[in-house]
Amino acid sequence: MAAATGPTRWHKNLSAKVAAIPMITTALVVFIGGTAWTVLYSFTSSKLLPKEKFVGFAQYERLWNSSKWLISIENLAIYGAFSLVFSLLIGFVLAALLDQKIRFEDTFRTILLYPFALSFIVTGLAWQWILNPDFGVQQVVRNLGWDSFSFDPLYDPEIVIYGILIAGLWQGTGLIMCLMLAGLRGIDEDIWKAAKIDGIPMWKTYVFIVIPMMRGIFITAIVLIASGIIKVYDLVVAQTGGGPGIASEVPAKYVYDAMFLSQNLGQGFAASTMMLLSVIIIVVPWAYLEFGGKRRG
Amino acid sequence: MGNVTRTAAEIQLASARPEMTGPRGRKPRKALSRRNIMIYGTLIIVSLYYLLPLYVMIVTSLKGMPEIRLGNIFSPPVEITFQPWVKAWAEACTGLNCDGLSRGFFNSVRILIPSVLLSIAIASVNGYALANWRFKGSETFFTILIVGAFIPYQVMIYPIVIMLREIGLYGSLTGLVIVHTIFGMPILTLLFRNYFASVPQELFKAARVDGAGFWGIYFRIMVPMSLPIFVVAMILQVTGIWNDFLFGVIYTKPDLYPMTVQLNNIVNSTQGVKEYNVNMAATILTGLVPLTIYFISGKLFVRGIAAGAVKG
Repeated sequence: MAAATGPTRWHKNLSAKVAAIPMITTALVVFIGGTAWTVLYSFTSSKLLPKEKFVGFAQYERLWNSSKWLISIENLAIYGAFSLVFSLLIGFVLAALLDQKIRFEDTFRTILLYPFALSFIVTGLAWQWILNPDFGVQQVVRNLGWDSFSFDPLYDPEIVIYGILIAGLWQGTGLIMCLMLAGLRGIDEDIWKAAKIDGIPMWKTYVFIVIPMMRGIFITAIVLIASGIIKVYDLVVAQTGGGPGIASEVPAKYVYDAMFLSQNLGQGFAASTMMLLSVIIIVVPWAYLEFGGKRRG
Repeated sequence: MGNVTRTAAEIQLASARPEMTGPRGRKPRKALSRRNIMIYGTLIIVSLYYLLPLYVMIVTSLKGMPEIRLGNIFSPPVEITFQPWVKAWAEACTGLNCDGLSRGFFNSVRILIPSVLLSIAIASVNGYALANWRFKGSETFFTILIVGAFIPYQVMIYPIVIMLREIGLYGSLTGLVIVHTIFGMPILTLLFRNYFASVPQELFKAARVDGAGFWGIYFRIMVPMSLPIFVVAMILQVTGIWNDFLFGVIYTKPDLYPMTVQLNNIVNSTQGVKEYNVNMAATILTGLVPLTIYFISGKLFVRGIAAGAVKG
């Protein structure tokens, strides 16, 4: 593809180089420079404004001693684990159902995917209303005669993160379903015929033959879900605002609050560096599997 | 990163030509077999669940407050009123401003149009340079860009605040447009690079022989030949930028807040009596732009999000 295999003197390809200036600036100044800057300043005692007074790991010690951060991490772990498992499970089952040569496939797919077009703010507010204890699901069931019925996730610190999970899954599973459906459509017809001739039940064909063949799609889906989990912010802001109390805080919100509300930049930098670290832990093994090993077709 | 665009292509392929997949599974049976009842039953129940929030939002927004207090959120309105919609659009208060969500809507439009145009213009030229005019180091910058797409925004937001403050654009719409252009760049550049690389090289070479330069080939050959990918990029950017909350709240100030931020401030305001019907009307209004794009664009949207999901 390389068209510029000819002379490589600097002015030969000048237009391309000039045109690439925004990209080069973004890559070097914002992505590399900005990230390095934040990591560096996470070792300072910056409060209202960044300052170069280095304090070693003091910000990190404070971070890991802060109950708000610990709750954030715990919430992220719960939300992340359930979100990963249920997104994959629901996404795959729905895709398998849609893949049965059914009628109205486009209609079903359109309905299952539309939440993904919405903002997390819209999703969060819609579910905040449905889960409203005085008017929502809880009240409707009580009005039916079951007076002691209790379903109030958004105001119960113990289960508030599951209330957010419901909304998150509603918005996100459609995308995973679409990926899985594409994966299923990529499976060779002969596999199904062969499995049928051998008399292998359908579910066994899925579990032992089709899913292992869709390894690439699953990895992509896991990376997508995982990067979505780490970034979860708007949904919490809209649905609970981090409450009740600090029961539904998440790391991205911790960073925003530290930087822009409580004028505690150092904490924000340290927390965001921890987020970066967790992304590295996820992405590096994936990149290794995907690009490091043997190329798969 | 290859697998992301491969996925997009697969989705399009799969959904565009279902007849090519041939017969699959068991033989056709009569319509009301147990298997069909299970499949359609499950899909219909799941679909109803997915539609439920939209339905609840719509019926709530059409009820008066007394009816909401007494009734059931799932029941259709006894008496339909459009007053909540009028109020949400023109009268709802955020802080001292009581001119409704219309302010946020127009702010979002003013953010959206330049952001979409600028980000697509820059990314398409990037992709073109990377596909057809490689220079020393171009692949390195591209790799940095793609790796950068995985860095949490939280790591970069404060350095960008400083940069924008230095050039006097912090708190302005222009600043936010730049931010959207920066964060849209990785995925869009990838999208355009892969697409341009699939344009036959003979065309490119013929144009070179005829004396066309970098910009000549871009405007006369690449852009006209790549309109579908421009539409995909546009869908991706319009929905992504419209739905943004984080950048809007950080890089603008209250009277310039985009619609999502203003919506959140209206609904989650702690002052005054909660007017759930107005809140739901406001919520639907905010979701209307991406929903319209979604329902109009259909399969192209699927392709766009499959490519853009990494951006998330």
